[in-house]
Amino acid sequence: MNAFFKTLAVSAVALMGATAVNADGHIGGERYVLVSHAPDSDSWWNTIRNALTLAGEQMDVEVEYRNPPTGDIADMARLIEQAAASGPDGIITTLADPTVLNDSIRAAVDAGIDVIIMNSGTPEQARDVGALMYVGQPEYDAGFAAGQRAAGDGVTSFLCVNHVISNPVVAERCNGFADGLGVDLGDSMIDAGQDPQEIQNRVMAYLNANPDTDGILTLGPTSADPTILALEELGLAGDIYFGTFDLGENIVAGIRDGVIEWGIDQQPFLQAYLPVVVMTNYHRYGVLPGNNINSGPGFITADGLELVEALAGEYR
Amino acid sequence: MSETEPAAAGGPNDERIKDQGGFRKWLIRPELGGIVGVIAVFIFFGVLAGDSGMFNAQGIMNWSQISAQFMIIAVGACMLMVAGEFDLSVGSMIGFAGISIAMFGVVWGLPMWVAILITFAICLVIGAINGIIVVRTGLPSFIVTLAFLFILRGFTIFVPQTVESRTIIGGIEEAAEGDWLAAIFNTDVAGWLFVWMADNGIIGTFSRGTREGEPLISGIPMLIVWAFILVIAGHIILTRTKFGNWIFAAGGDAQAARYVGVPVDRVKITMFMTTAFCSTVFACCQVFEFGSAAADRGILKEFEAIIAVVIGGALLTGGYGSVMGAALGALIFGVVQQGLFFADVESSLFRVFLGIILLFAVVLNTYIRRIITGER
Repeated sequence: MNAFFKTLAVSAVALMGATAVNADGHIGGERYVLVSHAPDSDSWWNTIRNALTLAGEQMDVEVEYRNPPTGDIADMARLIEQAAASGPDGIITTLADPTVLNDSIRAAVDAGIDVIIMNSGTPEQARDVGALMYVGQPEYDAGFAAGQRAAGDGVTSFLCVNHVISNPVVAERCNGFADGLGVDLGDSMIDAGQDPQEIQNRVMAYLNANPDTDGILTLGPTSADPTILALEELGLAGDIYFGTFDLGENIVAGIRDGVIEWGIDQQPFLQAYLPVVVMTNYHRYGVLPGNNINSGPGFITADGLELVEALAGEYR
Repeated sequence: MSETEPAAAGGPNDERIKDQGGFRKWLIRPELGGIVGVIAVFIFFGVLAGDSGMFNAQGIMNWSQISAQFMIIAVGACMLMVAGEFDLSVGSMIGFAGISIAMFGVVWGLPMWVAILITFAICLVIGAINGIIVVRTGLPSFIVTLAFLFILRGFTIFVPQTVESRTIIGGIEEAAEGDWLAAIFNTDVAGWLFVWMADNGIIGTFSRGTREGEPLISGIPMLIVWAFILVIAGHIILTRTKFGNWIFAAGGDAQAARYVGVPVDRVKITMFMTTAFCSTVFACCQVFEFGSAAADRGILKEFEAIIAVVIGGALLTGGYGSVMGAALGALIFGVVQQGLFFADVESSLFRVFLGIILLFAVVLNTYIRRIITGER
């Protein structure tokens, strides 16, 4: 461990000498490229782009956003190679598919470019490719925090509505929630499928069969929207403790109407903003946070809703 | 085609052979637009992005790989287009072939070379079916191959979803370890050259990590080698063989070609199989380089292939074009696409630029050809 800090200190000092101050003693103008896996049509990433631009202006650095137009991860690997060839000070990228992207990212790191992983991936995967850190929402931890919060509000049993059962990472949210709540997950996670009608019926069936359930967790708008309808039909809306991941129009309305207690936001703004700030300060002053950064969970409740609604799609 | 044996048929005064000046002969070559375009594009980016890393070793390797990808599918698309048809299922075929290799080689555990051969066989059969439907029904290839665009994409998602409940299949690198056939799609050749270049300070080396001291480029990827092989083979077939003449004839005027004994149907079916072959080569290179196959690979690649071919001077209506031109078109496309990044053009605008440059190239090509050939 000691050796690690020593290496860190040495490389930090070396870096300060190398890049912090340009030949004329002027600070600023570092260049960072953000490569995402999102296709052109994915509007969720608009927040990321806005945050990136804002961070660039505030820190006085150049920032660029690149993405594969069709969301093709193999094309994304080429984008990372291309970004590396242009010799930026740092690359910020998602780790959407480690098998495909690891080599390209690793080559960039080895060529002397600093990399921060954001959004997709895990702290372990980020360390494996030699990235400085991971900035994102670890799914288990987010679920755990939500579980603790629900426990504090008096919840004792729950239903987890999982509409992406095929993705083990998303199921971690349910696992974390159960642990945070201090109950056994057991069979309280249901495979809801993607069809709204089916989801609604399954939620109703579960609640009828388990009438003592006093909490519900949904994993995104796909499962949250039909669950709202199911609760309305059962006359439980506002009566049962209901939290969800991610935000959407119906979720925001549900929070306003008191049907949903909170929405968990992974805060894409921070996922783009913080890496720029962290890298700039690292390159200028050799300072680096000692750990990964969790951009989420950020809990959105009825209290902060006005700001969320006002900035929705822009910075929230 | 007859330049090597002038007037062989009937002596120097044969009225069927028209004498042409060398300059004019050069001007009517379909590659002309491509050559001019390549020079223009390199000057353009040399000025605009000369010091951005675009022309350092990594940058060159980057746009070369992108261009090579385009070239591989453009060769098939070009020959098919000269034969008067075109294929919208290229992109879906890439995804399909990749998943096929992964299913046979990883999920069902066959040796990788068997998986590759089976995949080639399946894809060639699908190419032949494309062709047979087109020639038997007389339907436009646009409709037939559009259908296959959806059919193949559907299967590509359905099969791994049903069998494995996932649409990305990894583990190909491990499964292909030491496989002789997989190696010809993913090895770096001439590595010594780059070591020598690094030793002499021509290219950079890795500054940290497990590969510290090694050159930034470990060799020429097989992707690029395949692009060269296919371009040269395609060029020779199209310009130096009887079959090449049949392709031109089938695309120029199919009925006239039939009258003089060209097996038009067979030619067209073979060309559909050629595009399928090229797509499968593309898929193999991609799958073995990146170690995984995904159901969404290759989306929109069919248009990129057609764009490269059209920039390269081929006519959408068939009967005119050249593989060399298509290769140059692919080079232009790749260099423009990557170069705009190095020139720091905002990524959403970058597609606008790309569109304008494509349009410009095609209009220019058509214009030059009309003037020179006197075609209306």
